[in-house]
Amino acid sequence: MKGISSRIFMGILILFMYIPILALVVFSFNAADSRVVWGGFSLRWYESLFANKTIMTSLLNTIIIAVIVSVISTVLGTMASIGINNLKKTTRTVVMNITYIPIVDPEIITGVSLMLLFKLFMNFIPFEFGYVTLILSHISFCVPYVIYNVLPKLRQMNPNLVEAAEDLGCNPHRAFFKVVIPEILPGVFSGFIMALTYSLDDFVVSYFNSGSSVNTLPITIQSMTKRKIHPDINALSTLIFVAILIVLVVKNFFDNKRLRREAEDAKLRNH
Amino acid sequence: MKKTLSLILTVLLSAMLFASCGTSDLDSSLEHLRADDAEYDYTRFEGQNITINVANWGEYLCIDEPDMLDVNEQFEALTGIKVNYQMYSTNEELYAKLKNGGSDYDIIIPSDYTISRLINDDMLEKLDFSNIPNFEKYIDDNYKNPEYDPTNEYSVPYTWGMVCLIYNKTMVDEAPTSWSALWDEKYSGNILMFNNPRDAFGIAQEMLGVSLNSEDTSELDDCFELLESQQPVVQAYVMDEIFDKMEGGSAALAPYYVGDAVVMMESNPDLDYVIPEEGTNLFVDAICIPKGAKNKEAAEMYINFLCETEIALANCEYIGYSTPHTGAYELLDDDVKNDARRYPSDEFIATKTETFRALSEDASEYMQNLWNKLKF
Repeated sequence: MKGISSRIFMGILILFMYIPILALVVFSFNAADSRVVWGGFSLRWYESLFANKTIMTSLLNTIIIAVIVSVISTVLGTMASIGINNLKKTTRTVVMNITYIPIVDPEIITGVSLMLLFKLFMNFIPFEFGYVTLILSHISFCVPYVIYNVLPKLRQMNPNLVEAAEDLGCNPHRAFFKVVIPEILPGVFSGFIMALTYSLDDFVVSYFNSGSSVNTLPITIQSMTKRKIHPDINALSTLIFVAILIVLVVKNFFDNKRLRREAEDAKLRNH
Repeated sequence: MKKTLSLILTVLLSAMLFASCGTSDLDSSLEHLRADDAEYDYTRFEGQNITINVANWGEYLCIDEPDMLDVNEQFEALTGIKVNYQMYSTNEELYAKLKNGGSDYDIIIPSDYTISRLINDDMLEKLDFSNIPNFEKYIDDNYKNPEYDPTNEYSVPYTWGMVCLIYNKTMVDEAPTSWSALWDEKYSGNILMFNNPRDAFGIAQEMLGVSLNSEDTSELDDCFELLESQQPVVQAYVMDEIFDKMEGGSAALAPYYVGDAVVMMESNPDLDYVIPEEGTNLFVDAICIPKGAKNKEAAEMYINFLCETEIALANCEYIGYSTPHTGAYELLDDDVKNDARRYPSDEFIATKTETFRALSEDASEYMQNLWNKLKF
């Protein structure tokens, strides 16, 4: 009895989560340009999507910004984590709480305060809202996510490992790249992925810091709501969904493979 | 890892360059603008590497549409001036961006009441009409010296239209002719209403026969009462979701803009629309140059280009709103030209329509408060 009801519950849950995406996928193949009326199967929106310069440019902007931002935030965040990890306990708690604030405070505050800050600087340094302000503002909210992914890995790491490497003749530099980095790599990688996703779909912060020359995809979609969101967006969202699905499947495949290998290693060691 | 990343970055950057360099040739229908004996010199900025920032409503310029002129690409091909095209979704959003100074647009296309507000705030440049000869040549006299810009120094009309009443023929007993259908209990739960105070109050003001620009608090109170009495029959207060609800047949009656009603009818042949007998709001969206624009003369050239007949026609057909451009109007299909709902008589415009002006701070705050009281 319990089994059935929990299964039904799970089913309903999954249904609620995936019906919107399913509707989007179905309507991306709609021949009519309506979001509710079905006009037959067609690939016309996929065709017109790739010819749509406005959408493609903002997609490209979004991707370029996300990649640059996640690379820089990963490097900064990893360095910061190593620093934080070596702090005394009280200082560490203080610093951790400070990095926590950008995560919990509402995005609108981050967005507006960054805009005001940039405007203050503009009085002294000549620059304009655009790529640079977007990248800087995204970095500022992505770094904490990287720290929160890397720091636990550092703390899990056996501190004797570095000493052992140094005893065996590694200089500190080499010990860092040969021992520390491989140990924390999964954390660095998930931090990178989180920074990438947060940068990709950020709207609020970008909205205040994009100025008049660069549009990211979320801003472009929002600006269509006065009249009608172009059906090309359905096609684009479907493609993004499929791309992410593929990434997840591939990642799970490799994760499983690694887990199995580790389990075998452990078995061998125990013998 | 490093190699892969730099590879990804290189590919992305080159893709970006490729995308931004993709230029197209001038369409043959526009060749005459480049001819030696052309009246207007579109090539005087060629090779100077100028970029203008254009801000417009989403889906409000003929671009990215297969088989139609791409207005921005054609302008780039003709003049050598690069167009950086940005979009916004409401007048208020544009106003806030301009006011904050977080933008440097050369061209904006706000609606009438926002233009008068921008003029009051001294946020628009006076246009040099000697750079925009097409204004004198093509723009319909009805749209010159409008209320929002009485001396016509700041704006060139782009599109106009009216608020109409859209209905589903299969869901109403008889075709409505009056705004009062939106209060009809027969259609309770099937009525949609504007989700912004100015347009919603506008309908109440039409029904009560008072001015759409009334700042009289007792008149606004009356409107509020009327809107409050409508609340029980209203299914939802919405804006662009009206498209979905009307096309999908999940509502019978809704007010919206004529050009959009035409679009909805293409998806759902059961729909039709009417300009109610009480009269309606006529809106004009016009092209302006904000104060401090860096490339004012190039921007004026862009305005003149938008007023070329071929371009105005492409935009008019793409957007579906009515055009103030006499040259483009002449080239429209007869059934569009003669449709009184899209191009009503001068007399109808003079007696039955009214444009929005900017309300005083006090009046718009009063209206906003009433609206909040209605909604929350």
